Amino acid sequence: MASLRGPVPDSTGSKPPHGVLEISWWRRVADHLATGFAVVTVVLVLAPLVAIFGYLVYKGIGSINLAFLTQIPKPPGELGGGMANAIAGSVLILAIASLLGVPVGIGAGIYLAEYGRNRFGDSIRFVSDVLNGVPSIVIGIVAYTIVVLRQKHFSALAGGVALAIMMVPTITRTTEEMLLLVPNVLREAAYGLGVPRWRTTLSIVLRTATSGIITGVMLAFARVAGETAPLLFTAFGNQYWNWRVDQPTAALPLQIFTYAISPYDDWHRQAWAGALVLIVLIVTAVAAVRFAVRRGTLGGVA
Amino acid sequence: MGVGIQVENLNAWYGKSQALHDINLTVEANHATALIGPSGCGKSTFIRCLNRMHETSPEARVQGKVKIGELDAYNGTSPTQLRRRIGMVFQKANPFPTMSIYDNVAAGLKLNGYSDKKHLDEIVERSLQSSALWEEVKDSVHKKSGASLSGGQQQRLCIARALAVEPEVLLMDEPCSALDPISTGKIEELIFQLKEQYTIVIVTHNMQQAARVAEFTGFFLLGRMIEYDKTEKIFTNPSDKRTEDYITGRFG
Amino acid sequence: MRSRFQQGLDELRQKLLRMGGLAEQAVDRACQAYLDRDLNRCQMVLEGETQINISEREIDELAFDLLAMQQPMAVDLRFILAVTKINADLERVGDQAVNIAERVMDMVSLPAVELPVDIARISAAVSAMVRRALESFIEAKAELAQAVLEMDNVVDRMRDEAFIMLVKAMNERPDITRQALDALLVARNLERVADHATNIAEDVIFWVRGADVRHNAAQEGNGQQQPTQRGATETR
Repeated sequence: MASLRGPVPDSTGSKPPHGVLEISWWRRVADHLATGFAVVTVVLVLAPLVAIFGYLVYKGIGSINLAFLTQIPKPPGELGGGMANAIAGSVLILAIASLLGVPVGIGAGIYLAEYGRNRFGDSIRFVSDVLNGVPSIVIGIVAYTIVVLRQKHFSALAGGVALAIMMVPTITRTTEEMLLLVPNVLREAAYGLGVPRWRTTLSIVLRTATSGIITGVMLAFARVAGETAPLLFTAFGNQYWNWRVDQPTAALPLQIFTYAISPYDDWHRQAWAGALVLIVLIVTAVAAVRFAVRRGTLGGVA
Repeated sequence: MGVGIQVENLNAWYGKSQALHDINLTVEANHATALIGPSGCGKSTFIRCLNRMHETSPEARVQGKVKIGELDAYNGTSPTQLRRRIGMVFQKANPFPTMSIYDNVAAGLKLNGYSDKKHLDEIVERSLQSSALWEEVKDSVHKKSGASLSGGQQQRLCIARALAVEPEVLLMDEPCSALDPISTGKIEELIFQLKEQYTIVIVTHNMQQAARVAEFTGFFLLGRMIEYDKTEKIFTNPSDKRTEDYITGRFG
Repeated sequence: MRSRFQQGLDELRQKLLRMGGLAEQAVDRACQAYLDRDLNRCQMVLEGETQINISEREIDELAFDLLAMQQPMAVDLRFILAVTKINADLERVGDQAVNIAERVMDMVSLPAVELPVDIARISAAVSAMVRRALESFIEAKAELAQAVLEMDNVVDRMRDEAFIMLVKAMNERPDITRQALDALLVARNLERVADHATNIAEDVIFWVRGADVRHNAAQEGNGQQQPTQRGATETR
């Protein structure tokens, strides 16, 4: 059988015939340029992140101390005090938001992926995308209208509702996509065993996509954790401790905003510290959840 | 024990396109029957009609009669009930990746509500022994995930999973096409032993495999069954010229 | 499709035909040598034997190779099996031709006598059988092969007659015993050639029809249906 490879180049170090194996110089240059370009863009993207974080650390680290983390704000003009109540308030509001938004988002994602491959499903997707683009302050106003006006007072609940509305589109989208990534052969394997569809979706498909869905949830969480505008008319803020769901509550972003636009230097200092604490808390929360999930699974898809 | 399968005037469609035309066939209990034919001839569609998996495809339609033993598959039983009596093994091994080997084998039982732990242990061990995988994994059934095994082992795991629910019929859709010769040999050996307890229908592209494992062979072409006979007859002296052209490699 | 396999099959066919030609020629030469008492012809037969043996080996090798490498099925498998058997029969035909030539060489050293046996007729019938058997292979026609099977009875009768006549002659005239014996043995060799031609015909039928008609198996009614001739169109 004649060799399909053609003439074998001799390996004594002489130059191979031009055009067959040789890569021309300009192709090598282009290769380097492209690699360089990729590196530059990565740097350009990472630089602001690093810069921001670095600046935050620089400006804020000095003001973080035990008092900051455990005390509530002092009246304006007085030095000292902290943002303890804002940290606690953020935790409360985010907990409410997650409790409301995550189940709805995942549920919608499941519906769209498994049962919504039709016009109705498309319209839901459309609405979800639109909702995603609504300005956060508008969502705040909506929450104001449906919760605050009804109850006639600001509350953590209202803040939670606003943030939940913002979480849902992101969670829905990523859940749907992660579920669609689960290979159909797994569903078929389950059907072949005589497992009903709903059980297949919950026990097999959802379980396989868990890791990706958690990512989506964390993405949504990280996004809303730093939102200020929706909380303006809902949680409203509070100078004191509050653990009640139906009362105005402090939140880190709100507090940072209030302090930042104030005329007091001390409050400015605390605002920087607050911003740093906020970022650290978000990163920690995401990392903790990822770690917990990895421990629990045996290593699934994605 | 296995049961026979009776198929009468089976027609199947994907939307407007007809995939099967008037198939009539009797599958013998406790024997292996192979289905051969070129790509797209309908053999996979056919076995998917036997356990009503065809219905899971969009716009799928079936007409005709299928009897599994005494049970009428399309009349008087739900698809999920039916599928618990028929096991299926697919072309590419598809163990559940988030579950351990144990959980994979027990999946058919656990997901249907069965939870007697002691019994499950027995069933899992028995199924893994039936599929000749027990010796290789008995120390790590709970620790290793289904997806961490080699290709041949994964396929045997899927066979164990199918056997755990104690079906009467085992459908295999090109089970060895993604496997190396040694794994293939092991699985063929397995089929030989499983015949005593189950009725096996195996779709295969590999004619030599059909000749090795099956007593009966059916040749499909363009959605019709052209010839169905004892395997020796089909491969030494088939009655229909189209069958002969296919198996001698003159087309397809 | 499968062109290398096709080429292999064609090559096998050609080689077998050539071998058939050699065997046929050997028998004809040997018989002619007998009738003409021609020692040269005998020599040619003896020399031709080498070629036949080489041919047999080549054909077996090629058939074996095709079986191992190409996984032939159905009609192709039957073809290759038939070829190996016909191969063996043709080689035996060559051997019989050599036997006849050796008889002739012995006979020529003795005075010529008139014998009550028509070797020419027997040899003509036998040659015809061999030719027809090879024809049935080339044409892949089972009817031609069937005709060969029928001719075998005729040749058997001729041999039996020869036996009786020659034994009688040996009793009446003991001085020509050796020549009579030579003639008897030649007649027997020819009858063996006829048997081989019959075998070849049976193998052709097996190949073309997928029916094993050896030893009258078709009559046994063993559930093996006789499928209608599909015309295994053999210019493949």
